[in-house]
Amino acid sequence: MADLRELYQEVIIDHGRRPRNFGPLPDANRHAEGFNPLCGDEIRLHLKTRDGVIEDARFEGAGCAISTASASLMTEALKGRSEADAMALFAGFRTLVTGGHAEQGDVPLGKLAVLAGVTEFPTRVKCATLAWHTLEAALTGRAQPVSTED
Amino acid sequence: MQGAGDELKRVDEAVRTQAPDFARLREDFPILARSVHDRPLVYLDNAATSQKPQSVIDCEAHYYRMLNANVHRGVHRLSQEATDAYEGARDTVQRFVNAACREEIVFVRGTTEAINLVANSYGSRFVAGDEIVITHMEHHSNIVPWQLACERSGAVLRVAPVDDHGELELDAFERLLGPRTRLVALTHVSNALGTINPVRELVARAHAHGAAVLLDGAQAVPHLRPDVQALDCDFYAFSGHKLYGPTGIGVLYGKAALLESMPPWQGGGDMIRRVSFDGTTFNDLPYKFEAGTPNMAGAIGLAAAIDYVSRIGFDAIAAHEHALLDHATERARATPGLRLIGTARDKAAILSFVLDDVHAHDVGTILDLHGVAVRTGHHCTMPLMERFGVPATVRASFALYNTRADIDALFEALAHVREVFGDG
Repeated sequence: MADLRELYQEVIIDHGRRPRNFGPLPDANRHAEGFNPLCGDEIRLHLKTRDGVIEDARFEGAGCAISTASASLMTEALKGRSEADAMALFAGFRTLVTGGHAEQGDVPLGKLAVLAGVTEFPTRVKCATLAWHTLEAALTGRAQPVSTED
Repeated sequence: MQGAGDELKRVDEAVRTQAPDFARLREDFPILARSVHDRPLVYLDNAATSQKPQSVIDCEAHYYRMLNANVHRGVHRLSQEATDAYEGARDTVQRFVNAACREEIVFVRGTTEAINLVANSYGSRFVAGDEIVITHMEHHSNIVPWQLACERSGAVLRVAPVDDHGELELDAFERLLGPRTRLVALTHVSNALGTINPVRELVARAHAHGAAVLLDGAQAVPHLRPDVQALDCDFYAFSGHKLYGPTGIGVLYGKAALLESMPPWQGGGDMIRRVSFDGTTFNDLPYKFEAGTPNMAGAIGLAAAIDYVSRIGFDAIAAHEHALLDHATERARATPGLRLIGTARDKAAILSFVLDDVHAHDVGTILDLHGVAVRTGHHCTMPLMERFGVPATVRASFALYNTRADIDALFEALAHVREVFGDG
Protein backbone atom coordinates (compact mmCIF):
# COMPACT_ATOMS: atom_id res chain seq x y z
CA MET A 1 0.00 0.00 0.00
CA ALA A 2 2.85 2.37 -0.82
CA ASP A 3 0.61 4.73 -2.77
CA LEU A 4 -1.88 4.89 0.09
CA ARG A 5 0.86 6.19 2.39
CA GLU A 6 1.80 8.58 -0.37
CA LEU A 7 -1.71 10.04 -0.25
CA TYR A 8 -2.32 9.91 3.47
CA GLN A 9 0.97 11.29 4.73
CA GLU A 10 1.41 11.96 8.43
CA VAL A 11 1.04 15.70 7.88
CA ILE A 12 -2.27 15.21 6.09
CA ILE A 13 -3.68 12.90 8.75
CA ASP A 14 -2.55 15.40 11.39
CA HIS A 15 -4.04 18.47 9.67
CA GLY A 16 -7.15 16.52 8.73
CA ARG A 17 -7.75 15.61 12.32
CA ARG A 18 -6.54 18.81 13.97
CA PRO A 19 -6.96 21.57 11.40
CA ARG A 20 -5.05 24.77 12.10
CA ASN A 21 -6.75 28.17 11.81
CA PHE A 22 -10.13 26.52 12.24
CA GLY A 23 -12.98 28.75 13.39
CA PRO A 24 -14.46 32.17 12.82
CA LEU A 25 -12.42 35.31 12.19
CA PRO A 26 -14.35 38.24 13.69
CA ASP A 27 -12.39 41.02 12.00
CA ALA A 28 -12.27 39.37 8.58
CA ASN A 29 -13.14 41.58 5.61
CA ARG A 30 -13.36 38.89 2.93
CA HIS A 31 -15.48 35.74 3.04
CA ALA A 32 -16.32 32.98 0.62
CA GLU A 33 -18.12 29.65 0.72
CA GLY A 34 -17.17 26.58 -1.24
CA PHE A 35 -19.08 23.38 -1.75
CA ASN A 36 -18.36 20.05 -3.38
CA PRO A 37 -21.78 18.70 -4.30
CA LEU A 38 -20.38 15.26 -5.11
CA CYS A 39 -19.31 14.51 -1.55
CA GLY A 40 -20.89 17.26 0.54
CA ASP A 41 -17.59 18.88 1.57
CA GLU A 42 -18.14 22.49 2.51
CA ILE A 43 -15.89 25.31 3.58
CA ARG A 44 -16.37 28.87 4.75
CA LEU A 45 -13.18 30.87 4.35
CA HIS A 46 -12.52 34.13 6.18
CA LEU A 47 -9.69 36.48 5.23
CA LYS A 48 -8.38 39.64 6.77
CA THR A 49 -6.60 41.64 4.12
CA ARG A 50 -4.96 45.06 4.19
CA ASP A 51 -3.25 46.88 1.34
CA GLY A 52 -3.30 43.77 -0.79
CA VAL A 53 -1.76 41.58 1.88
CA ILE A 54 -3.48 38.63 3.59
CA GLU A 55 -2.88 39.26 7.27
CA ASP A 56 -4.98 36.41 8.61
CA ALA A 57 -6.94 33.45 7.27
CA ARG A 58 -9.27 31.03 9.03
CA PHE A 59 -11.86 28.53 7.89
CA GLU A 60 -14.88 26.54 9.06
CA GLY A 61 -16.78 23.66 7.54
CA ALA A 62 -16.71 19.91 7.22
CA GLY A 63 -15.00 17.60 4.80
CA CYS A 64 -12.78 14.62 4.23
CA ALA A 65 -9.19 14.42 5.44
CA ILE A 66 -7.83 15.67 2.12
CA SER A 67 -10.05 18.74 1.86
CA THR A 68 -9.67 19.62 5.55
CA ALA A 69 -5.89 19.20 5.49
CA SER A 70 -5.65 21.18 2.28
CA ALA A 71 -7.65 24.06 3.78
CA SER A 72 -5.60 23.94 6.96
CA LEU A 73 -2.28 23.98 5.12
CA MET A 74 -3.54 26.70 2.79
CA THR A 75 -4.47 29.05 5.63
CA GLU A 76 -1.00 28.54 7.11
CA ALA A 77 0.62 29.30 3.79
CA LEU A 78 -1.46 32.42 3.10
CA LYS A 79 -0.58 34.51 6.11
CA GLY A 80 1.63 37.42 5.20
CA ARG A 81 1.38 36.86 1.47
CA SER A 82 0.24 39.41 -1.06
CA GLU A 83 -2.98 38.58 -2.89
CA ALA A 84 -1.07 38.22 -6.15
CA ASP A 85 1.38 35.89 -4.46
CA ALA A 86 -1.51 33.83 -3.07
CA MET A 87 -2.98 33.38 -6.53
CA ALA A 88 0.42 32.36 -7.87
CA LEU A 89 0.60 29.82 -5.08
CA PHE A 90 -2.81 28.45 -6.16
CA ALA A 91 -1.54 28.08 -9.72
CA GLY A 92 1.49 26.16 -8.50
CA PHE A 93 -0.64 24.03 -6.20
CA ARG A 94 -3.06 23.16 -8.96
CA THR A 95 -0.18 22.08 -11.16
CA LEU A 96 1.10 19.93 -8.31
CA VAL A 97 -2.15 18.03 -7.66
CA THR A 98 -3.09 17.58 -11.30
CA GLY A 99 0.28 16.12 -12.20
CA GLY A 100 1.57 18.97 -14.32
CA HIS A 101 5.22 20.00 -14.38
CA ALA A 102 6.40 22.84 -12.24
CA GLU A 103 7.98 25.65 -14.20
CA GLN A 104 11.01 27.64 -13.35
CA GLY A 105 10.04 30.74 -11.47
CA ASP A 106 7.01 29.07 -9.85
CA VAL A 107 6.32 30.01 -6.26
CA PRO A 108 7.91 27.42 -3.94
CA LEU A 109 5.11 25.33 -2.40
CA GLY A 110 6.86 24.42 0.84
CA LYS A 111 4.73 22.23 3.11
CA LEU A 112 1.87 22.16 0.57
CA ALA A 113 3.94 19.65 -1.39
CA VAL A 114 2.69 16.88 0.93
CA LEU A 115 -0.50 16.88 -1.15
CA ALA A 116 1.41 15.75 -4.26
CA GLY A 117 0.11 12.20 -3.69
CA VAL A 118 -3.34 13.34 -4.81
CA THR A 119 -2.05 13.17 -8.40
CA GLU A 120 -2.48 9.41 -8.31
CA PHE A 121 -6.12 9.75 -7.22
CA PRO A 122 -7.99 11.74 -9.87
CA THR A 123 -11.27 11.35 -8.00
CA ARG A 124 -9.77 13.25 -5.07
CA VAL A 125 -8.28 16.27 -6.84
CA LYS A 126 -11.43 18.29 -6.19
CA CYS A 127 -11.11 17.58 -2.47
CA ALA A 128 -7.62 19.11 -2.51
CA THR A 129 -8.55 22.18 -4.56
CA LEU A 130 -11.88 23.10 -2.91
CA ALA A 131 -10.25 25.48 -0.39
CA TRP A 132 -8.22 27.12 -3.13
CA HIS A 133 -11.20 27.73 -5.39
CA THR A 134 -12.88 29.26 -2.37
CA LEU A 135 -9.84 31.48 -1.83
CA GLU A 136 -10.04 32.64 -5.41
CA ALA A 137 -13.70 33.52 -4.89
CA ALA A 138 -12.89 35.46 -1.72
CA LEU A 139 -10.18 37.46 -3.45
CA THR A 140 -12.02 38.15 -6.69
CA GLY A 141 -15.54 38.51 -5.32
CA ARG A 142 -16.82 35.77 -7.60
CA ALA A 143 -20.39 34.53 -7.20
CA GLN A 144 -20.78 32.17 -4.28
CA PRO A 145 -20.87 29.58 -3.05
CA VAL A 146 -18.29 28.26 -5.46
CA SER A 147 -18.87 24.71 -6.51
CA THR A 148 -16.29 22.20 -7.63
CA GLU A 149 -18.77 21.29 -10.35
CA ASP A 150 -18.91 24.68 -12.06
CA MET B 1 -50.42 -14.22 -20.89
CA GLN B 2 -51.73 -16.71 -18.36
CA GLY B 3 -49.31 -19.36 -19.56
CA ALA B 4 -46.29 -17.14 -19.18
CA GLY B 5 -47.21 -16.16 -15.63
CA ASP B 6 -47.62 -19.81 -14.79
CA GLU B 7 -44.20 -20.49 -16.15
CA LEU B 8 -42.65 -17.86 -13.87
CA LYS B 9 -44.47 -19.40 -10.93
CA ARG B 10 -43.24 -22.82 -11.92
CA VAL B 11 -39.67 -21.59 -12.08
CA ASP B 12 -40.01 -19.99 -8.64
CA GLU B 13 -41.34 -23.29 -7.35
CA ALA B 14 -38.48 -25.26 -8.85
CA VAL B 15 -35.98 -22.91 -7.25
CA ARG B 16 -37.53 -23.21 -3.82
CA THR B 17 -36.97 -26.92 -3.88
CA GLN B 18 -33.44 -26.67 -5.21
CA ALA B 19 -31.49 -23.59 -4.17
CA PRO B 20 -29.10 -22.40 -6.88
CA ASP B 21 -25.37 -22.40 -6.31
CA PHE B 22 -24.76 -18.66 -6.00
CA ALA B 23 -20.99 -19.01 -6.02
CA ARG B 24 -21.24 -20.56 -9.47
CA LEU B 25 -23.58 -17.83 -10.68
CA ARG B 26 -20.62 -15.46 -10.35
CA GLU B 27 -19.22 -17.08 -13.45
CA ASP B 28 -22.15 -15.68 -15.42
CA PHE B 29 -20.76 -12.16 -14.84
CA PRO B 30 -17.52 -11.74 -16.78
CA ILE B 31 -16.53 -8.44 -15.15
CA LEU B 32 -16.24 -10.15 -11.77
CA ALA B 33 -13.15 -11.94 -13.03
CA ARG B 34 -11.18 -8.71 -13.40
CA SER B 35 -8.90 -7.17 -10.84
CA VAL B 36 -8.65 -3.64 -9.50
CA HIS B 37 -5.37 -2.27 -8.16
CA ASP B 38 -3.95 -5.78 -8.59
CA ARG B 39 -6.60 -7.27 -6.35
CA PRO B 40 -9.69 -9.28 -7.19
CA LEU B 41 -12.66 -6.98 -7.71
CA VAL B 42 -15.11 -7.00 -4.81
CA TYR B 43 -18.08 -5.18 -6.27
CA LEU B 44 -20.38 -3.81 -3.58
CA ASP B 45 -21.83 -0.83 -5.43
CA ASN B 46 -24.84 -2.66 -6.79
CA ALA B 47 -27.37 -0.07 -5.68
CA ALA B 48 -25.67 2.36 -8.06
CA THR B 49 -25.64 -0.14 -10.90
CA SER B 50 -25.35 -3.89 -11.03
CA GLN B 51 -23.06 -5.94 -13.27
CA LYS B 52 -24.43 -7.73 -16.32
CA PRO B 53 -24.57 -11.47 -16.96
CA GLN B 54 -23.14 -12.83 -20.19
CA SER B 55 -26.68 -13.56 -21.44
CA VAL B 56 -27.54 -9.83 -21.34
CA ILE B 57 -24.27 -8.85 -23.00
CA ASP B 58 -24.80 -11.50 -25.69
CA CYS B 59 -28.38 -10.42 -26.21
CA GLU B 60 -27.41 -6.81 -26.92
CA ALA B 61 -24.57 -7.91 -29.18
CA HIS B 62 -26.90 -10.29 -31.02
CA TYR B 63 -29.37 -7.49 -31.55
CA TYR B 64 -26.74 -5.33 -33.26
CA ARG B 65 -25.25 -8.25 -35.18
CA MET B 66 -28.48 -9.74 -36.46
CA LEU B 67 -31.61 -7.67 -35.85
CA ASN B 68 -30.85 -3.98 -35.91
CA ALA B 69 -33.48 -1.94 -37.75
CA ASN B 70 -35.91 0.74 -36.71
CA VAL B 71 -39.09 -0.56 -35.14
CA HIS B 72 -42.74 -0.01 -36.08
CA ARG B 73 -42.05 1.55 -39.46
CA GLY B 74 -40.51 -0.76 -41.99
CA VAL B 75 -42.02 -3.31 -44.33
CA HIS B 76 -38.68 -5.06 -44.57
CA ARG B 77 -37.79 -8.21 -42.77
CA LEU B 78 -35.28 -6.78 -40.31
CA SER B 79 -37.65 -4.08 -39.13
CA GLN B 80 -40.28 -6.75 -38.49
CA GLU B 81 -37.85 -8.90 -36.53
CA ALA B 82 -36.63 -5.93 -34.50
CA THR B 83 -40.22 -4.92 -33.80
CA ASP B 84 -41.08 -8.45 -32.70
CA ALA B 85 -38.10 -8.53 -30.35
CA TYR B 86 -38.85 -5.07 -28.93
CA GLU B 87 -42.53 -5.83 -28.39
CA GLY B 88 -41.61 -9.23 -27.00
CA ALA B 89 -39.53 -7.40 -24.41
CA ARG B 90 -42.62 -5.40 -23.46
CA ASP B 91 -44.50 -8.66 -22.89
CA THR B 92 -41.68 -9.90 -20.67
CA VAL B 93 -41.86 -6.72 -18.58
CA GLN B 94 -45.62 -6.98 -18.37
CA ARG B 95 -45.36 -10.50 -16.95
CA PHE B 96 -42.53 -9.44 -14.63
CA VAL B 97 -44.57 -6.72 -12.91
CA ASN B 98 -47.89 -8.52 -13.49
CA ALA B 99 -49.50 -5.61 -15.31
CA ALA B 100 -53.04 -6.21 -16.53
CA CYS B 101 -52.16 -5.47 -20.13
CA ARG B 102 -49.09 -4.76 -22.27
CA GLU B 103 -50.30 -1.23 -23.11
CA GLU B 104 -49.52 -0.29 -19.52
CA ILE B 105 -45.77 -0.75 -20.06
CA VAL B 106 -44.00 2.37 -21.36
CA PHE B 107 -40.30 2.11 -22.16
CA VAL B 108 -38.28 5.10 -20.98
CA ARG B 109 -34.61 5.86 -20.31
CA GLY B 110 -34.80 4.98 -16.66
CA THR B 111 -36.57 5.67 -13.38
CA THR B 112 -35.74 9.36 -13.55
CA GLU B 113 -37.38 9.78 -16.93
CA ALA B 114 -40.39 7.73 -15.83
CA ILE B 115 -40.97 10.04 -12.85
CA ASN B 116 -40.46 13.13 -14.97
CA LEU B 117 -42.99 11.81 -17.46
CA VAL B 118 -45.62 11.49 -14.74
CA ALA B 119 -44.69 14.83 -13.15
CA ASN B 120 -45.03 16.59 -16.51
CA SER B 121 -48.00 14.76 -17.96
CA TYR B 122 -50.14 13.76 -14.99
CA GLY B 123 -48.74 16.82 -13.20
CA SER B 124 -49.92 19.16 -15.97
CA ARG B 125 -53.35 19.07 -14.33
CA PHE B 126 -52.13 20.13 -10.89
CA VAL B 127 -53.52 23.49 -9.83
CA ALA B 128 -52.59 25.93 -7.08
CA GLY B 129 -53.35 24.48 -3.68
CA ASP B 130 -53.11 20.86 -4.77
CA GLU B 131 -50.80 18.79 -2.61
CA ILE B 132 -48.15 16.24 -3.53
CA VAL B 133 -46.85 14.00 -0.77
CA ILE B 134 -43.36 12.51 -0.83
CA THR B 135 -41.15 11.16 1.94
CA HIS B 136 -37.90 12.30 3.53
CA MET B 137 -36.10 9.24 2.15
CA GLU B 138 -36.67 9.93 -1.53
CA HIS B 139 -33.89 10.00 -4.10
CA HIS B 140 -33.42 13.43 -5.69
CA SER B 141 -35.11 12.04 -8.79
CA ASN B 142 -38.31 11.59 -6.79
CA ILE B 143 -38.03 15.06 -5.24
CA VAL B 144 -36.92 17.49 -7.92
CA PRO B 145 -39.51 16.58 -10.62
CA TRP B 146 -42.23 17.29 -8.04
CA GLN B 147 -40.62 20.55 -6.98
CA LEU B 148 -40.64 21.59 -10.63
CA ALA B 149 -44.27 20.49 -11.01
CA CYS B 150 -45.13 22.55 -7.93
CA GLU B 151 -43.38 25.61 -9.34
CA ARG B 152 -45.34 25.27 -12.57
CA SER B 153 -48.72 24.73 -10.96
CA GLY B 154 -48.65 26.32 -7.54
CA ALA B 155 -49.16 22.92 -5.94
CA VAL B 156 -47.57 22.32 -2.55
CA LEU B 157 -45.00 19.63 -1.76
CA ARG B 158 -45.43 17.91 1.59
CA VAL B 159 -42.80 15.62 3.06
CA ALA B 160 -43.52 12.64 5.33
CA PRO B 161 -40.88 12.20 8.04
CA VAL B 162 -38.56 9.27 8.68
CA ASP B 163 -37.66 7.99 12.17
CA ASP B 164 -34.20 7.30 13.59
CA HIS B 165 -34.18 3.77 12.18
CA GLY B 166 -34.94 5.06 8.72
CA GLU B 167 -38.54 3.89 8.74
CA LEU B 168 -41.35 6.04 7.42
CA GLU B 169 -43.48 7.49 10.24
CA LEU B 170 -46.80 6.03 9.22
CA ASP B 171 -49.04 8.19 11.40
CA ALA B 172 -47.36 11.37 10.22
CA PHE B 173 -47.67 10.13 6.64
CA GLU B 174 -51.37 9.55 7.18
CA ARG B 175 -51.83 13.04 8.61
CA LEU B 176 -50.36 14.59 5.46
CA LEU B 177 -53.07 13.01 3.33
CA GLY B 178 -56.15 15.11 2.74
CA PRO B 179 -58.74 16.21 0.23
CA ARG B 180 -56.15 18.27 -1.70
CA THR B 181 -53.66 15.39 -2.03
CA ARG B 182 -53.43 14.68 -5.72
CA LEU B 183 -50.49 12.35 -5.77
CA VAL B 184 -48.25 10.41 -3.41
CA ALA B 185 -44.77 9.61 -4.74
CA LEU B 186 -42.68 7.32 -2.62
CA THR B 187 -39.88 4.87 -2.89
CA HIS B 188 -40.50 1.15 -2.61
CA VAL B 189 -36.97 0.57 -1.25
CA SER B 190 -34.70 3.37 -0.02
CA ASN B 191 -31.46 3.57 -2.00
CA ALA B 192 -29.51 5.13 0.88
CA LEU B 193 -30.89 3.12 3.82
CA GLY B 194 -32.26 -0.10 2.36
CA THR B 195 -35.63 0.42 4.08
CA ILE B 196 -38.45 -1.51 2.42
CA ASN B 197 -41.58 0.59 2.73
CA PRO B 198 -44.95 -1.11 3.41
CA VAL B 199 -46.14 0.16 0.06
CA ARG B 200 -49.25 -1.95 -0.24
CA GLU B 201 -50.66 -0.42 2.93
CA LEU B 202 -49.47 3.07 1.99
CA VAL B 203 -51.12 2.82 -1.41
CA ALA B 204 -54.40 1.83 0.26
CA ARG B 205 -54.19 4.78 2.66
CA ALA B 206 -53.49 7.20 -0.18
CA HIS B 207 -56.33 5.80 -2.25
CA ALA B 208 -58.68 6.24 0.70
CA HIS B 209 -58.03 9.97 0.26
CA GLY B 210 -58.46 9.82 -3.49
CA ALA B 211 -54.77 10.35 -4.27
CA ALA B 212 -52.92 8.54 -7.02
CA VAL B 213 -49.68 6.78 -6.06
CA LEU B 214 -46.37 6.54 -7.90
CA LEU B 215 -43.89 4.02 -6.57
CA ASP B 216 -40.18 4.46 -7.29
CA GLY B 217 -39.09 0.88 -7.76
CA ALA B 218 -35.50 1.52 -8.84
CA GLN B 219 -34.01 -0.15 -5.75
CA ALA B 220 -36.80 -2.67 -5.29
CA VAL B 221 -36.78 -4.63 -8.52
CA PRO B 222 -33.29 -6.13 -8.07
CA HIS B 223 -34.45 -7.71 -4.81
CA LEU B 224 -38.16 -8.43 -5.06
CA ARG B 225 -40.62 -8.87 -7.84
CA PRO B 226 -43.29 -6.17 -7.79
CA ASP B 227 -46.87 -7.17 -8.49
CA VAL B 228 -48.44 -3.92 -9.57
CA GLN B 229 -51.97 -5.32 -9.45
CA ALA B 230 -51.55 -6.62 -5.91
CA LEU B 231 -49.91 -3.34 -4.85
CA ASP B 232 -52.68 -1.45 -6.65
CA CYS B 233 -50.26 1.41 -7.34
CA ASP B 234 -51.14 3.80 -10.15
CA PHE B 235 -47.59 4.17 -11.44
CA TYR B 236 -44.47 2.08 -10.92
CA ALA B 237 -41.08 3.22 -12.20
CA PHE B 238 -37.81 1.31 -12.49
CA SER B 239 -34.51 1.14 -14.37
CA GLY B 240 -32.99 -1.77 -16.22
CA HIS B 241 -29.41 -1.22 -15.15
CA LYS B 242 -29.91 -1.99 -11.47
CA LEU B 243 -31.67 -5.22 -12.45
CA TYR B 244 -28.64 -6.70 -14.26
CA GLY B 245 -29.84 -5.11 -17.48
CA PRO B 246 -28.40 -2.43 -19.76
CA THR B 247 -28.17 1.28 -18.97
CA GLY B 248 -30.46 3.74 -20.71
CA ILE B 249 -33.60 1.63 -20.50
CA GLY B 250 -36.32 1.78 -17.89
CA VAL B 251 -39.99 1.24 -17.45
CA LEU B 252 -42.99 3.27 -16.46
CA TYR B 253 -45.97 1.15 -15.56
CA GLY B 254 -49.22 3.08 -15.39
CA LYS B 255 -52.81 1.97 -15.05
CA ALA B 256 -54.28 2.05 -18.53
CA ALA B 257 -57.19 4.36 -17.66
CA LEU B 258 -54.79 6.91 -16.14
CA LEU B 259 -52.29 6.77 -19.00
CA GLU B 260 -55.20 7.08 -21.41
CA SER B 261 -56.39 10.26 -19.74
CA MET B 262 -52.94 11.87 -19.62
CA PRO B 263 -51.62 14.22 -22.31
CA PRO B 264 -48.44 13.23 -24.18
CA TRP B 265 -45.20 14.49 -22.71
CA GLN B 266 -42.69 14.44 -25.55
CA GLY B 267 -43.73 14.85 -29.16
CA GLY B 268 -42.17 13.21 -32.16
CA GLY B 269 -42.28 10.16 -34.33
CA ASP B 270 -44.01 6.97 -33.17
CA MET B 271 -46.26 8.81 -30.71
CA ILE B 272 -48.59 10.15 -33.40
CA ARG B 273 -51.31 8.65 -35.54
CA ARG B 274 -51.70 11.47 -38.02
CA VAL B 275 -49.89 14.77 -38.27
CA SER B 276 -51.13 17.78 -40.15
CA PHE B 277 -50.54 21.48 -39.67
CA ASP B 278 -54.14 21.80 -38.59
CA GLY B 279 -53.66 19.38 -35.75
CA THR B 280 -52.25 16.06 -34.76
CA THR B 281 -53.87 12.96 -33.38
CA PHE B 282 -51.86 10.82 -31.02
CA ASN B 283 -51.07 7.16 -31.09
CA ASP B 284 -52.56 4.59 -28.75
CA LEU B 285 -50.90 3.41 -25.56
CA PRO B 286 -48.12 2.83 -24.93
CA TYR B 287 -46.74 4.56 -28.04
CA LYS B 288 -48.31 7.87 -27.09
CA PHE B 289 -45.51 8.12 -24.52
CA GLU B 290 -42.70 6.71 -26.65
CA ALA B 291 -41.72 9.56 -28.96
CA GLY B 292 -38.76 8.94 -31.22
CA THR B 293 -36.72 5.83 -31.90
CA PRO B 294 -36.69 3.86 -28.65
CA ASN B 295 -33.75 2.08 -27.04
CA MET B 296 -34.46 -1.19 -28.80
CA ALA B 297 -31.29 -3.02 -27.82
CA GLY B 298 -31.80 -1.82 -24.25
CA ALA B 299 -35.36 -3.10 -24.05
CA ILE B 300 -34.37 -6.49 -25.42
CA GLY B 301 -31.39 -6.60 -23.05
CA LEU B 302 -33.69 -5.77 -20.14
CA ALA B 303 -35.94 -8.67 -21.11
CA ALA B 304 -32.88 -10.94 -21.11
CA ALA B 305 -32.03 -9.70 -17.61
CA ILE B 306 -35.57 -10.38 -16.41
CA ASP B 307 -35.35 -13.88 -17.90
CA TYR B 308 -32.05 -14.36 -16.10
CA VAL B 309 -33.30 -13.40 -12.63
CA SER B 310 -36.57 -15.24 -13.19
CA ARG B 311 -34.67 -18.44 -13.91
CA ILE B 312 -32.90 -18.08 -10.55
CA GLY B 313 -36.08 -17.00 -8.79
CA PHE B 314 -36.69 -14.03 -6.53
CA ASP B 315 -37.30 -16.16 -3.45
CA ALA B 316 -33.83 -17.65 -3.79
CA ILE B 317 -32.25 -14.25 -4.53
CA ALA B 318 -33.95 -12.65 -1.53
CA ALA B 319 -32.88 -15.49 0.78
CA HIS B 320 -29.29 -15.27 -0.44
CA GLU B 321 -29.15 -11.49 -0.10
CA HIS B 322 -30.73 -11.53 3.34
CA ALA B 323 -28.09 -13.96 4.53
CA LEU B 324 -25.45 -11.55 3.19
CA LEU B 325 -27.10 -8.57 4.85
CA ASP B 326 -27.33 -10.41 8.18
CA HIS B 327 -23.67 -11.35 8.02
CA ALA B 328 -22.65 -7.80 7.06
CA THR B 329 -24.83 -6.25 9.77
CA GLU B 330 -23.33 -8.57 12.37
CA ARG B 331 -19.79 -7.67 11.33
CA ALA B 332 -20.69 -3.97 11.24
CA ARG B 333 -22.05 -4.12 14.79
CA ALA B 334 -18.79 -5.72 15.91
CA THR B 335 -16.71 -2.93 14.35
CA PRO B 336 -15.71 -0.22 16.84
CA GLY B 337 -16.57 3.33 15.80
CA LEU B 338 -18.96 2.21 13.08
CA ARG B 339 -22.49 3.61 13.05
CA LEU B 340 -25.12 2.07 10.83
CA ILE B 341 -27.38 4.56 9.06
CA GLY B 342 -30.65 2.78 8.35
CA THR B 343 -31.70 0.03 10.73
CA ALA B 344 -35.26 -0.58 9.61
CA ARG B 345 -36.80 -3.93 10.47
CA ASP B 346 -37.55 -4.65 6.84
CA LYS B 347 -34.46 -3.98 4.72
CA ALA B 348 -33.12 -4.83 1.30
CA ALA B 349 -29.45 -5.69 0.86
CA ILE B 350 -27.99 -2.25 1.57
CA LEU B 351 -25.56 -1.45 4.39
CA SER B 352 -25.02 2.26 4.87
CA PHE B 353 -22.64 3.45 7.59
CA VAL B 354 -20.24 6.07 8.84
CA LEU B 355 -17.03 5.75 10.83
CA ASP B 356 -16.96 8.15 13.74
CA ASP B 357 -13.76 9.99 12.81
CA VAL B 358 -13.05 9.20 9.17
CA HIS B 359 -14.92 10.83 6.31
CA ALA B 360 -16.74 8.50 3.90
CA HIS B 361 -14.58 9.63 0.98
CA ASP B 362 -11.37 8.70 2.74
CA VAL B 363 -12.89 5.32 3.55
CA GLY B 364 -13.91 4.89 -0.08
CA THR B 365 -10.43 5.61 -1.41
CA ILE B 366 -8.80 3.14 0.97
CA LEU B 367 -11.37 0.42 0.22
CA ASP B 368 -10.83 0.99 -3.50
CA LEU B 369 -7.12 0.33 -3.16
CA HIS B 370 -8.08 -3.02 -1.65
CA GLY B 371 -10.24 -3.81 -4.65
CA VAL B 372 -13.48 -3.12 -2.79
CA ALA B 373 -15.92 -0.90 -4.72
CA VAL B 374 -18.48 0.89 -2.54
CA ARG B 375 -20.39 4.09 -2.98
CA THR B 376 -19.48 7.04 -0.80
CA GLY B 377 -21.38 10.30 -0.70
CA HIS B 378 -24.91 11.50 -0.21
CA HIS B 379 -26.42 8.93 -2.62
CA CYS B 380 -28.58 11.63 -4.21
CA THR B 381 -30.47 11.92 -0.94
CA MET B 382 -29.16 15.17 0.54
CA PRO B 383 -32.28 15.82 2.68
CA LEU B 384 -31.97 12.33 4.17
CA MET B 385 -28.27 12.84 4.97
CA GLU B 386 -29.19 16.05 6.74
CA ARG B 387 -31.90 14.17 8.66
CA PHE B 388 -29.24 11.80 10.00
CA GLY B 389 -26.73 14.60 10.58
CA VAL B 390 -24.05 13.21 8.28
CA PRO B 391 -22.61 14.75 5.12
CA ALA B 392 -22.10 11.38 3.49
CA THR B 393 -22.12 7.66 4.20
CA VAL B 394 -20.30 4.61 2.96
CA ARG B 395 -22.78 2.32 1.26
CA ALA B 396 -22.15 -1.33 0.52
CA SER B 397 -24.97 -2.89 -1.48
CA PHE B 398 -25.28 -6.54 -2.36
CA ALA B 399 -26.38 -8.44 -5.42
CA LEU B 400 -27.07 -12.08 -6.17
CA TYR B 401 -23.44 -12.70 -7.15
CA ASN B 402 -21.94 -11.42 -3.90
CA THR B 403 -20.61 -13.86 -1.33
CA ARG B 404 -19.74 -13.93 2.35
CA ALA B 405 -16.12 -13.65 1.22
CA ASP B 406 -16.94 -10.29 -0.41
CA ILE B 407 -18.29 -9.00 2.87
CA ASP B 408 -15.30 -10.31 4.79
CA ALA B 409 -13.07 -8.52 2.25
CA LEU B 410 -14.98 -5.30 2.96
CA PHE B 411 -14.38 -5.56 6.68
CA GLU B 412 -10.73 -6.54 6.27
CA ALA B 413 -10.26 -3.46 4.10
CA LEU B 414 -12.03 -1.37 6.76
CA ALA B 415 -9.41 -2.53 9.25
CA HIS B 416 -6.80 -0.91 7.00
CA VAL B 417 -8.65 2.38 7.32
CA ARG B 418 -7.83 2.17 11.01
CA GLU B 419 -4.20 1.47 10.17
CA VAL B 420 -3.98 4.65 8.12
CA PHE B 421 -6.02 6.88 10.39
CA GLY B 422 -5.05 5.42 13.74
CA ASP B 423 -7.53 4.87 16.53
CA GLY B 424 -8.85 8.42 16.59
